[in-house]
Amino acid sequence: MSFEEKPGAVIKVPVWLRPWLLLAVLLVLWQIAIQRHPGQLLPGPWGVVGGIADLLRHGLLLKYVVASLFRVTWGFGLAVILAVPLGMVIGWYTRAEMALNPIIQILRPISPLAWIPIAILWFGVGDLSAIFLIFLGSFFPLLLTAMNAVRGVPAVYVNAGRNFGLRPIDLFVRILYPAAVPQLIIGLRITLGIAWLVVVAAEMIAVNSGLGFLIVDARNAGNRYDLVVAGMVIIGLIGLLLDWGIRSLERVKSFRWSYSEE
Amino acid sequence: MESSVAASATRIAVQVEDVGMIFTRDGKQTLVLDNINLEVGEGEFVCLLGPSGCGKSTLLNIMAGFLSPTSGTVRVGGEVVQGPDPRRIVVFQERGVFPWLTVEENIGFGLAALDRKERQHRINHYVGMVGLKGFENSYPSDLSGGMKQRLEVARALAVNPDMLLLDEPFGALDSITRLTMRRELLRIWEAERKTILFVTHDIDEAVQLADRVVVMSARPATIQQIVTIDIPHPRDLSSPRYLELRDGIFQQIGLAHHV
Ligand SMILES: Nc1ncnc2c1ncn2[C@@H]1O[C@H](COP(=O)(O)OP(=O)(O)O)[C@@H](O)[C@H]1O
Ligand SMILES: [Mg+2]
Repeated sequence: MSFEEKPGAVIKVPVWLRPWLLLAVLLVLWQIAIQRHPGQLLPGPWGVVGGIADLLRHGLLLKYVVASLFRVTWGFGLAVILAVPLGMVIGWYTRAEMALNPIIQILRPISPLAWIPIAILWFGVGDLSAIFLIFLGSFFPLLLTAMNAVRGVPAVYVNAGRNFGLRPIDLFVRILYPAAVPQLIIGLRITLGIAWLVVVAAEMIAVNSGLGFLIVDARNAGNRYDLVVAGMVIIGLIGLLLDWGIRSLERVKSFRWSYSEE
Repeated sequence: MESSVAASATRIAVQVEDVGMIFTRDGKQTLVLDNINLEVGEGEFVCLLGPSGCGKSTLLNIMAGFLSPTSGTVRVGGEVVQGPDPRRIVVFQERGVFPWLTVEENIGFGLAALDRKERQHRINHYVGMVGLKGFENSYPSDLSGGMKQRLEVARALAVNPDMLLLDEPFGALDSITRLTMRRELLRIWEAERKTILFVTHDIDEAVQLADRVVVMSARPATIQQIVTIDIPHPRDLSSPRYLELRDGIFQQIGLAHHV
């Protein structure tokens, strides 16, 4: 009896390669299925590649990607700048939290998309509307993250900080904020995902550029479903890159402590 | 057995006067400290010894200024304690070091008011004193428990406090490291002559370290007895006097000296 591998067994595929191999297999299956049943259900992968090439040729791809990223940067960035400090202060002062909690809890479950009519009413069709919607979509998750993060800071750090004579402002800057950073990074990551979802939806209605607009426009202007799927693929890839970007924060040495301890 | 209420040192650093503490939780009141009176002399090393949950940390936190007593007052240098103060630094179990700062940054934490040169000078001095040379830029997550504990002591000493308040600082360490840490702490105390209040539930630890051991009863904590440990350092742990004092406290707490 032995557990030796039989000679002639399949070549071992390295672990990192496996998901890519699976992806390739699925793409091939997709292409084969499309060729057997040519119809209007879905363009094939090859058609999608053609669509992306088309977009590149017309200079639209870069333009739309930049437009979408521009809106996300502003909407998300403003939300971070406002919601994180505000959430930390609200979370720290119990009275502020008790006063504001009902308002926050009512506003929070309203989808940012429900604000589209109001956004257009206030800001018209254009960048500002989209930025406003992304801001709303990011603000509440970030506010709640910051509130929870600051409440979760162990008392021992706060006491140590007070022992060294920190005034309230220094307590926030030198203790509460750094101690909350690992929680905040998780919140940033989730929220950036939300922001990227919202920008596509907002661009379908409130502007006429960007990846969301590309998708609606390709359908309306001649049923170019190869461009629709091309837009979807680009959205997925950029979302992945954004997530990678923010995850690289987790590797910063002074942020990493909560992942390595215990 | 010696027992005295007055501090042996000439000048009094801390006076605890009729301190009582009642906690209210879920509408239920618990008397934790009952009529505590204690004086600690400048430069003295005092251990607060008592069973777990008796109120040692509560008393320490009142002296540090983190808690206000329900009754009575604590005076430090004649002034009534109103809140925490950098002149009295509490050392928690090694959990108190800031994990987001390097060793150097931790030690320099309380030195923001100094100019850079002076701060660096102090940091270097205390890095050396607690034996963390070569780890200046390490983060606490890369240090052992004993190193983290020394780091916290260094951070406390760096602000040049009059007093250190240590709450079971070596409780989480293994027994060998704990012995080394006691020796280190005594060495530092002899070099710097800070007043030290040291909370422990370990009788041996108290008798090895302290000038006086304050023996507390189970809750509500009262001071049962104050035992003066009249053995010079370094202490011989098998000397008749050491054993006599230790066994006296064992008996006082109501434990027979058998396992
Ligand atoms: N903030 C608090 N509220 C209510 N009860 C408390 C509080 N802090 C401590 N206690 C109670 O007081 C008693 C003494 O606690 P503590 O001082 O931590 O004891 P020790 O340090 O001697 O182990 C314990 O029974 C504990 O449950
Ligand atoms: Mg305790």
